Amino acid sequence: MLGLSAEEWTAVELSLRIAVVATSWALPFGIAIGWLLARTNFWGKTLLDGVVFLPLVLPPVVTGYLLLISFGRRGPIGAFLYEHFGIVFSFRWTGAALACGVMGFPLMVRPIRLALEAVDRRLEDAASTLGANPALVFLTVTLPLALPGIIVGVILCFARALGEFGATITFVSNIPGETQTISAAIYTLTQVPGGDAAAGRLVLVAIALAFAALLLSEWLSRRALNRVRGD
Amino acid sequence: MLNVDVEKQLGSLHLQVRFQASGGATALFGPSGAGKTSVVNMIGGLLMPDRGAITLNGTPLFDSTAGINVPPHLRRIGYVFQEGRLFPHLSVRQNLDYGRRLSGRRRDDKAFAHVVALLDLGHLIERRPRTLSGGERQRVAVGRALLMQPRLLLLDEPLASLDAGHKREILPYLVRLRDDAGMPIVYVSHVPAEVRRIATTVLRLDAGRVTATGGIELLDSADLDGLD
Repeated sequence: MLGLSAEEWTAVELSLRIAVVATSWALPFGIAIGWLLARTNFWGKTLLDGVVFLPLVLPPVVTGYLLLISFGRRGPIGAFLYEHFGIVFSFRWTGAALACGVMGFPLMVRPIRLALEAVDRRLEDAASTLGANPALVFLTVTLPLALPGIIVGVILCFARALGEFGATITFVSNIPGETQTISAAIYTLTQVPGGDAAAGRLVLVAIALAFAALLLSEWLSRRALNRVRGD
Repeated sequence: MLNVDVEKQLGSLHLQVRFQASGGATALFGPSGAGKTSVVNMIGGLLMPDRGAITLNGTPLFDSTAGINVPPHLRRIGYVFQEGRLFPHLSVRQNLDYGRRLSGRRRDDKAFAHVVALLDLGHLIERRPRTLSGGERQRVAVGRALLMQPRLLLLDEPLASLDAGHKREILPYLVRLRDDAGMPIVYVSHVPAEVRRIATTVLRLDAGRVTATGGIELLDSADLDGLD
């Protein structure tokens, strides 16, 4: 289909799977950290803020290398996870998802934090006088009202994850069928003679995916905004 | 029976309020800045007193010496805010039903129909708050507070954000509510005309203190200049 070879399809499918898994795992953490930053004051908040946004300003290769030495098989966290849960990140697609999640995380947290800050706290007070406990207030008032910002965060993180290259290739290398995403495949194809046609096909796929994600996000946020505004 | 005996430092205002309210409508009446809203916020659990105690029908809601502070969602006190505070992402029906749904009580179609009829909300039921007029919004806010079956109803300047026409529109509903609902009402206002229509007891609040208690005749004797 579309003139893509089996390997190229694998790269496309892998990219999507990695981006979806990365975004899904990042979302609960993104909401939790966004909430901490928006609503609480604690010692070390500035530090947390800085750490969350580090992947945005660090060279991706550095982030990938830091992941390698901490989440690699012999890294402290990687070794722990392998011994106790049998979870392996290095040179697996799960590692690529981790790298993409980390890289997309700051882009997700920022709009969520802003959206949570913008929610009218007086509506939460009203909900609590109506008998909703704090968790239910959060689920039935805060989250729905912050939904447009959450959608923006999800889409930005997903887009970042889909295009991630530097951290992924540093952390989990470029293994066809396991960690070779569209970006990595295009990079490989441009390094070999006669790879231009295949690279061009994947470039078209990348453009199509980017467009689809943009249109979807546009549609979703408009719907969510209308709902929040009460139209 | 509501018993309030609380103290709270709010900026430069030292609030020290002590009163009882039983059936009917008790008006907290006084100029803005006297601490009226803070008092109802403390009753509703949205503001914590520095010292003192609040009990409702004998059970403590707050007691600083015993370390009791019942959170707002467990107080079962209906609260109608000055600005309505309807949930913009929910329909009128969902707003009205919110208290019942969130406290996990069973549907009570009779109670729902009764409140809808009492406040004339039938034609608004599927609308969104944004499409309502100010008066309609406040009626929904009153209905929403009633439908959580509160033990006490707090109304904080419910007419303040409305123009004269809408005020006239809502007042009869509030009077009906007072006579019909059978639960004590605490009504905050700085407008004598409103208080005269609603209140059965009047508490005059000035600079954080209760300076007079009585019937609506208080409104005639009090120096009302600059209040309306």
